[in-house]
Amino acid sequence: MKRISGALFLAVLCIFPLFAGDFYINLASQILIAAIFAMSLNLLVGYGGLTSLGHASFLGFAAYASAWSTTHMGLGVGTAAIVAILATMVMAGLFGMIALRATGLGFLMITLALSQVLWGLAYRWVAVTNGDNGMSGLARPMPFGISLDSGANYYWFTLVVFVVAYWLMAIFVSSAFGSALRGTRDQARRMSALGHDVWMIRWITFIYAGFWGAVSGLLYVYYTKYIHPSSLSITASAEGLLSVIAGGSGTLGGPVVGAALLIILKNYASAYVERWNMLLGFVFLFIVLVLPEGIVPGLKRIFSRRQGGQS
Amino acid sequence: MSASVPALEIINLRKFFGGLPATQDVNLQVMPGERRLIIGPNGAGKTTLFNQITGDFLPTSGQIKLFGADITRMKPHERAHMGLSRTYQIITLFSKDTLVHNVTLGLLGLSPARWNLFKPLDHYQEMEVEARRVLGLVGLGSMADRLVSEIAYGQKRRVEIAMAMAQKPKLLLLDEPLAGLSAEERTTIKELIAAIPRETTLVMIEHDMDTALDLAETVTLLHYGKVIVDGQRDAVIADEKTREVYLGH
Repeated sequence: MKRISGALFLAVLCIFPLFAGDFYINLASQILIAAIFAMSLNLLVGYGGLTSLGHASFLGFAAYASAWSTTHMGLGVGTAAIVAILATMVMAGLFGMIALRATGLGFLMITLALSQVLWGLAYRWVAVTNGDNGMSGLARPMPFGISLDSGANYYWFTLVVFVVAYWLMAIFVSSAFGSALRGTRDQARRMSALGHDVWMIRWITFIYAGFWGAVSGLLYVYYTKYIHPSSLSITASAEGLLSVIAGGSGTLGGPVVGAALLIILKNYASAYVERWNMLLGFVFLFIVLVLPEGIVPGLKRIFSRRQGGQS
Repeated sequence: MSASVPALEIINLRKFFGGLPATQDVNLQVMPGERRLIIGPNGAGKTTLFNQITGDFLPTSGQIKLFGADITRMKPHERAHMGLSRTYQIITLFSKDTLVHNVTLGLLGLSPARWNLFKPLDHYQEMEVEARRVLGLVGLGSMADRLVSEIAYGQKRRVEIAMAMAQKPKLLLLDEPLAGLSAEERTTIKELIAAIPRETTLVMIEHDMDTALDLAETVTLLHYGKVIVDGQRDAVIADEKTREVYLGH
């Protein structure tokens, strides 16, 4: 049942550009990119119990790295992507070594501080980042010689990456390692007494989350063909965290639903309401009050209670 | 392994919390296969001693040796790989998971499979079979697929022991395994502990002397972080200082 509905949903996603207009196709691409970003953050927040407020570092750094190595180093987009992902993973390794000295609030503050350093650099290191003007005139990749310049083609490209990301992250969280990760979230002390290297488990997860954060950053910079320091801002990190919490942390589908909600609200509300951030705040306040565990687990709970009542 | 090397050797161990001494010049030797009971009033430093043996706390000074190897500065997980396992006085289980998952996490901790990022945990048939077998040993075989949060307190105590036993430790530290149990449950747990094979050296903390005494061969009495009396069970019970500590309160 679950598989059939999943396959149907995927089929709808595949043929979506055939009947939807450009506006909706682009909206869907944005949702998929935000979903990969939120899912990667969820590995830390939901499965590792490590709430990060600096996840935009990975998105932004990978985006800048790709932009810089194509414009300044003259690398091809494909090579630049590999360079950007590897560089982001190295950075995640270093950031992880610093941030994982703490857990809980300490971890959150360190991730925030590190991402603020990057954000400041992006603004001030004009020679590399072009500062507040951002870097523009960037190109999209041409996989197998196919141009991704049309909205529909880019959507399909994003969809393929999204499906692979979802699939690999699903494998990750149900793997032996993923089970150990959840163990460190629930009983860290017991896990180390059982022989699990808690620090190493968290560090590897941090780098893995950084990898997918970098992938979402590349998709983002290809989509906008432009990068600005604001993509490294605390707002960008907080939006990812909101998506995870609103959709349901520690579930696979939750961050996807949360990211979809966020992007839709952002695009629609900003067209009608000037202070759309306030509206966003109210919507998330409502979710937290009514479905404190997040939309996906919350709806599951309500649905199963209904079914339980009938039988 | 030569019988002359102690399973656990503690040399001049000291631990201060701020200015407060919690462990004061403790010296202790437990031989392989021995059943050792550590007793003492509340706040005697029994659990603090355990936490230093497992590596949760680092001692201020002194040395801890496991089968002759110095483990004083090792990380807790490294000690687990050397054959050390423990249970907790306050139940420390994965309450949202099934019993079999709990025990499997114990098996996983010592298996190279714990680094596998791709193969699902439930595809490791041999670990699941072993976890179910151990749960059967502690009388929870039929409940293996229940969640820890759904079972009774006395059963959780048995899961604690199953998790440690599944690891086939060389040295097992039991921290008040009988705490909070009814008389009937105590009897079952005592039988379980008595059935642990001799390959496993046992060190057990019990606050209550009467119940745990017949499990032990040797007894150490701690008081204010110091070893007061140490030796064969009957000698320790008969000792005047034991009476002083217990009856003097």
